[in-house]
Amino acid sequence: MSAIPGTVPIFANENWQLPSRGRVGMFALIIGESAIFTIFVVAYIYYIGRSTYGPGPQILEIPIFNSICLISSSLTIVLAEHAIKHGRLRAFAAWWALTMLLGLEFLAGTAMEWRRLIFEDHLTIRTNLFGTTFYSLVGLHATHVIVGMTGLSLVMLFTVLGRVEQRHAARIQVLALYWHFVDAVWVVVFTVVYIVGR
Amino acid sequence: MADQTYPMPGTLDATPSRGAALLEWIHSWVVTVDHKKLGILYAVYAIFFLVVAGAEAMAIRIQLAVPHNHFLSPELYNEFFTMHGTTMVFLVGMTFIFGFGNYLVPLMIGARDMAFPRLNAFSFWMSAFGGLFLYFSFIGGFGLYGMGSAPDVSWWAYAPLTARAFSPGHNTDYWALALIVMGFGTLGAGINTLATAFSMRCRGMTLFRMPLFVWLMVVTSGLTLIVITPLTAAQIMLIIDRYLGGHFFDTQAGGSATVWMHFFWIFGHPEVYVLILPAFGIASEVIPVFSRKAIFGYPAMVAASVGIAFVSLSVWAHHMFTIGMTSVSNAFFALSTMMVGIPTGIKIFNWVATMWGGKIRFATPMLFCTAFVFQFLCAGLTGIMLAVAPWNWQLHNSYFVIAHFHYTLTGSFVFCFFAGIYYWYPKVTGRMLSEKLGKWHFWLFFIGFHVTFDTMHFLGILGMPRSIYTYEPDRGWNTLNAIVSAGGFVQGIAVLLLAWNLIDSYFNGRAAGNDPWDAWTLEWSTPSPPPDYNFAEEPVVRSRRPLWDIKHPNDPDWKYER
Amino acid sequence: MRTGRCFASIRWRLCLLFLLCLGLASAGAQQSSNVPSILDPSSTPAREILGLSQFVLLITGAIFVVVGGLLAFILIKFHERDTDRGHEPAQIYGSVQVELAWTVIPVLIVVVLFLTTARIIFAIQDAPKPATALDVTVIGHQFWWEFRYPGLGIVTANELHLPVSSAAAPRPAYMQLLSADVDHSFWVPQLGGKTDLIPNHPNAMWTDPEKPGLYLGQCAQFCGLEHAKMLLRVYVDTPEQFDAWVKNQQQPGAQNHAVEAGRRVFETQACVNCHIIAGTAGHGTFGPDLTHLMSRGTIAAGAADNTPDNLRAWIQDPNTFKPGALMPAMQLSDEQTNEVVAYLTTLH
Repeated sequence: MSAIPGTVPIFANENWQLPSRGRVGMFALIIGESAIFTIFVVAYIYYIGRSTYGPGPQILEIPIFNSICLISSSLTIVLAEHAIKHGRLRAFAAWWALTMLLGLEFLAGTAMEWRRLIFEDHLTIRTNLFGTTFYSLVGLHATHVIVGMTGLSLVMLFTVLGRVEQRHAARIQVLALYWHFVDAVWVVVFTVVYIVGR
Repeated sequence: MADQTYPMPGTLDATPSRGAALLEWIHSWVVTVDHKKLGILYAVYAIFFLVVAGAEAMAIRIQLAVPHNHFLSPELYNEFFTMHGTTMVFLVGMTFIFGFGNYLVPLMIGARDMAFPRLNAFSFWMSAFGGLFLYFSFIGGFGLYGMGSAPDVSWWAYAPLTARAFSPGHNTDYWALALIVMGFGTLGAGINTLATAFSMRCRGMTLFRMPLFVWLMVVTSGLTLIVITPLTAAQIMLIIDRYLGGHFFDTQAGGSATVWMHFFWIFGHPEVYVLILPAFGIASEVIPVFSRKAIFGYPAMVAASVGIAFVSLSVWAHHMFTIGMTSVSNAFFALSTMMVGIPTGIKIFNWVATMWGGKIRFATPMLFCTAFVFQFLCAGLTGIMLAVAPWNWQLHNSYFVIAHFHYTLTGSFVFCFFAGIYYWYPKVTGRMLSEKLGKWHFWLFFIGFHVTFDTMHFLGILGMPRSIYTYEPDRGWNTLNAIVSAGGFVQGIAVLLLAWNLIDSYFNGRAAGNDPWDAWTLEWSTPSPPPDYNFAEEPVVRSRRPLWDIKHPNDPDWKYER
Repeated sequence: MRTGRCFASIRWRLCLLFLLCLGLASAGAQQSSNVPSILDPSSTPAREILGLSQFVLLITGAIFVVVGGLLAFILIKFHERDTDRGHEPAQIYGSVQVELAWTVIPVLIVVVLFLTTARIIFAIQDAPKPATALDVTVIGHQFWWEFRYPGLGIVTANELHLPVSSAAAPRPAYMQLLSADVDHSFWVPQLGGKTDLIPNHPNAMWTDPEKPGLYLGQCAQFCGLEHAKMLLRVYVDTPEQFDAWVKNQQQPGAQNHAVEAGRRVFETQACVNCHIIAGTAGHGTFGPDLTHLMSRGTIAAGAADNTPDNLRAWIQDPNTFKPGALMPAMQLSDEQTNEVVAYLTTLH
C-alpha cells in the first residue's frame, strides 16, 4: 500500500522485518550505562594505591557467596524467560521469584559488608581516596541492582495479579536484558575491586 | 487536542469560552507526546535561550570593548562567561538538535511518531527543567542581594577550583545538578532516536535509503549515549567530593586534578561533534535541493559521519597539550586530531561537488548553507593549526581558540540551524518566512560574524588569553577588542530580525503548500503542517529520494543508486 | 537581472573581506615592544614554534585557496539563471576516482604535518638540560606568582629575572612549575609556549631568552576571581645586570632605623601571618615575599605600578586594584599606614 499516488511499489518486500523498538531502546540504554560505569572503573583503577593515608583494599573480604547469588540470578531469569515464552506461567512465576530472592540476597550481603567496613574497619566514603572510589563504584552498581529489582518487583506484582500472559514474553525479555547487564557489570566490578585492586 | 464542536439542535450552546479554550490549548502543549509538538517546544526553548545567551555575550563584549572597563564586576563577568558557554552548548545546542530530530526523523522515515512518545515528553521536560534550574541560580541563594549564585567556574569547571575550599558558594552545585538533570533528558532523546530510526522505518526504506539528516541524527544519538554519561559521572564525583567528603579531585589525598580534565574532555570533545553532526545533516538536505542535484557520494557521507564519530572519541587530550603530558602522548593526540580532519574534509568536498554542475538557487536557506561551507572550511583549518601541539602551546586558552570554536559553533552550527529554520518553517507552520527579512538577517549576521570572529584570531596571536574580565591597555589589544565588540552588536540585530520574522510570518506569511521548495524527501509529501498522524497510509519507498521518483517517473533514482 | 544582483553581491562581499583584512593588518601592525605577540619570538622554543606555524600556515593556506577558490567559482558559474526553469541539471551520484583522490591527498597531507609536528614536540619537550642551566621554581598562587631560585637562595614574587642566553654562552632557564592551590598557566608568548601549574602535578618548561628587555605575559588558565590580574613580567637581563640583581636579592632585608615605626607596624599587625621580610618576624607564605619589594616595578602581580600612593591604597583596601584579591583590607589607621609604607619603600 502506498500513500503517495503514482508510486509503483516494485519493492514488494514481504520480508520487511525491523528490530523491535524495545530491544533497540534497551541496548541503547545499556550502552549509555556502560559508559558511566567505564568512567567509574577507570577512576578506580587509576587511583589504586594512590591513597596517601588510611585503610587500603586489604581490608576487603571477597564476596564469593554474594557474587554466586547474583550470577545465578542471571541463570534463573533465563529460565523464567524460557518459561513464559512457552506459556508456562506458573514456572515463570517461580523462576522470577527465585531471581528476585537471589537479587535481594546480593543487596543484603552488600549491606552487611558495608556495615562491617563502616563500623569495624572505619572506612567511609570520606575516609580516604580508597573509600571514595570503593563506595562510589560498588554503590553505583548497587543502585542499578535496586533499579532492576524495582522492575522485577513490578512484573512480580502483575504476575501475582494474573495480568501477565504469554504474549508479554518479548517485554519480559527486554527487562531481563537489563538484569543481565547489571550482572555483567558486577563481573567487571568484582574483578577490578576484589582481584586486581587488592 | 480540542477539535471542532458540533452544535446539535435543541441543546445548550456548549462552545467553550475564550479563557477555557486558551487553557485547553496550553494544556495540550504541556501534556503532548506528539513528536511534532515536542520538536517545536525544544526549538522554541532553544531560540529563547539563544537570545538570552546572546545577551550575555553582548554584556561580555561591552565589558571588553575598552580596557579596564567597569560595566561588569569580576564576579558577574565570571558568571556571565560561564553561563554563556554552558547555555549555548546545553540549552541551545542540545535542544536545537533534538528539536529538529524529534520533528523530522519520524516524518523523514515515514513513521507516525517516535518509538517512545512518553519517553520523548519526559526527555523534553527534564531538559527544560534542568535549564530553568540553571538560570534560577542567578536569583537563588543570595541572588537578590548580590551577584547571584550562577556558576562562575567556566563551562569546563576544572578541579580543584570547583572544590568546596575554592568555590564555597552554591555556584558550582547549580552547574553540576542542572547538567545532570539535563543529561537524563539527553539520554532519553538519544535512546528514542536510535529506536525510532532502527525500528520504525516505512517499507522499502533500508538504512542506506534514509535521508542523510536521519543518518546524522542516528550517529549523533549513538555518540551521545557514550559521551554524556562520562560528564554525568564526573559531575557525580564532583558532588561526592563537595558534599560527601570524597577525594576524587582532592590532590592532598591522592586525587588528581588532571583526572577531571580527562573525564571532562572525554565528554567535551565528542560533544562538539554531537553538536555539529546534525548541522551537517541539515546542510546535506538543503544543499542538494537548492543545487537541484542529488547529494554527491551518499555512501561516503555516511561512512565519513560514522568515521568522525569514532575518531572523535580519540582526540580529547588536544585540550590538554599544556598540562605536561609526555611527548609521546602529545604526539598521539596531535595525530588523532589531524586524522579527524580527513572525514570532515571529505564531507566538505562532497557538498562542494554537489553544488558543482548544479543550478543553485540562493534562497535564504542556501545562503546560510553556502556561508556554512566556507566557514566550516576555515574552522577546520584553524582546527588543524590547533592540532599542531607546539603551536597549541602558544594558542591554547587564547582568543585564537575562542575564534576557532565560534567559527565551528556560530559559523557552522548556528548558520546551519538558521538554514534549517528557513527551510522547514513552512512545513511546520504552513507559512513561508519573509524572504526579504531573511536576506537582511543573513547579510547582517554574516558581516557581524566575520567582523567579530575574524578579528578575534589576531587577538589570540597577539597573546590575549581567554576568561579575563579585563585586560591591560599597553598590550596592543585595544582596537581589536573594540572591533570584535562592534561586530557582536550587528549579529544581535540580525537575530532580532529573525525573531520578528518568525512571529510575523506565522500570521502574515504566504501560504506554503506541501512542497514549497520542490524537494525530495518524505516530509514534503504531507500537508503543511502535517496532521497528527503524519501519513494516512504508510509510504513505500524505493530510493533515497522518493518524491524525485514520483516527479520524474521516467528517470527515477533507483535506476542509478549504488 | 537576478544574475547581475547576485554577481554584484558576491563581488561586494569579496571587496568587503579584502578591506576587512587590510584594516586588521594595519590595526595589528601597531606593534609596540610590549605586545606579547607569538610572532615576535625571543627564545629557541618560541622560534621553533613560529617556524613550524609558518609551515602549517602555508599548507592550510594552500588548502584554503584551492577549496575556497573552487567554492567562489561555483557560486558564480553555477547559480540558477532564468533560462534554467523547467529542467533539472544532470544528477551525479558520485565518482569513485574523485572520492579516492580527495581521501588519499588529505591523508598524505596529515602524514607530512604529523611528522613535522612530532619533530618539534620532541625537540622542545625532550631537549637535554645543559649543566649551565639556571633552575627556577615557579609556584602559582591565587592571583600571584612566587619565584624561587634554589641554587641562588632567592625568593621573590611576580617579576621574574632571567639572564640572557646565547649559543656561545648558553644559560637557559629550567623552570619547575608547581601550584599552591588551583590550576594556573605560565604564558609569556615571546619566550615560548605555555605550561600549566597543577597542584600535586609538577611540570617543567625551559626557555633561553635571546634579547634583554621586558617581556609581558599573564596566567592563562582560569583560576578564579582575579585570574585577569595575575600578570607576569619577565626581565631578561644582560649577564652583568643579572649578577647585580642576584647580589641585591641575596642581601638581607634593609634595616633602616628611620622607619623603625613602620617595621614595628609590620611585625605587630597581621602582616607577618602572610608575608616574609627577611630579618623580621614575618614567616607567612600565603602572600609574596616582600624583602626586596622596591626592586619590582609593579605590585599585586602587575595590577598597579609600584608607587608609594598605590602601596598606600593597596594596604588600605586591596579591592581598589583587585576586587576579590585574597589579601584582606588591613584596617590600619592612617598613621600606621603611612609608617608601614615608609618602611616598605626602603626595601630595595
